[in-house]
Amino acid sequence: MNNPTSSFSDMFAAIIDGTPYMQAIGAYYIGKSQDGVSMGLAYRDDLVGDPQSGVLAGGVLTAMLDHGCGLAVWDRLDEFKPIATLDLRIDYMRAAKPGKDLIITAKCYKLTRSIGFVRAFAYEETVDDPIAAAQAAFVITSAPTTVPAL
Amino acid sequence: MTRSESCRTILQSIPFARFLNVSMELAGNELTLKLPFDDKLIGNPVLPALHGGVIGAFMEMAAMTQLSVNENYSHLPKPINVSVQYLRSGKALDTFARAHLNRVGRSIANVEVIAWQDNKNLPIATLQSHFLLNM
Repeated sequence: MNNPTSSFSDMFAAIIDGTPYMQAIGAYYIGKSQDGVSMGLAYRDDLVGDPQSGVLAGGVLTAMLDHGCGLAVWDRLDEFKPIATLDLRIDYMRAAKPGKDLIITAKCYKLTRSIGFVRAFAYEETVDDPIAAAQAAFVITSAPTTVPAL
Repeated sequence: MTRSESCRTILQSIPFARFLNVSMELAGNELTLKLPFDDKLIGNPVLPALHGGVIGAFMEMAAMTQLSVNENYSHLPKPINVSVQYLRSGKALDTFARAHLNRVGRSIANVEVIAWQDNKNLPIATLQSHFLLNM
């Protein structure tokens, strides 16, 4: 399964497309780098949490960070195993800039047999100027199974 | 405008709350939010299960609106941090959330939320949060 020319992350764009809620908010896969796995989201008026300022709802970041963290665990596993979020902590550092695309970069910095520990950041341009930071733990729920049809 | 009406107005003014189609019920000063099930909220089509991010977002909204019920803020409270514990997978059902204000200070509030579906004694997730208040 893990031959050098293909990795499970090749599936990430399809996984995001196959997740109804990610589709509903308009999330898209960006790619992988040294910093981790990245996803993006285009700014949309109906995702605003504060009508006075036009800032995206904190809840939009919650979903993006949760999903990005999950992808980071799968990237580290490099195969499909069912995973579930155990907990997710988010620090909101500043408001997202209205009109700008949101980017999430997540990295699974430690993987044990049953748990993946992940850190993630949300930003518009550079990770050095974060909107929010997340810390999450995922439980890997069972042995490898086949990838479900998307 | 009654407290219930003003609370509904706040909720209706948030585009993301309309996107999720969140509704509310106010009993005295205790608010219960309802997130009606919708196919677009699915995070795992195989189970199927609600997306964890939706559950988190919904609980955060419950904390924010409960704060607005109790105090009259000129601006919506801003989340400083939230911590979500996922206890059970969210089924393809309506979800409810109720917030408890542990402490409301001059500028910071500490709020806990529980979310449940068919049985309140079997919560699907809990949330602890801090909000910045500007009155």
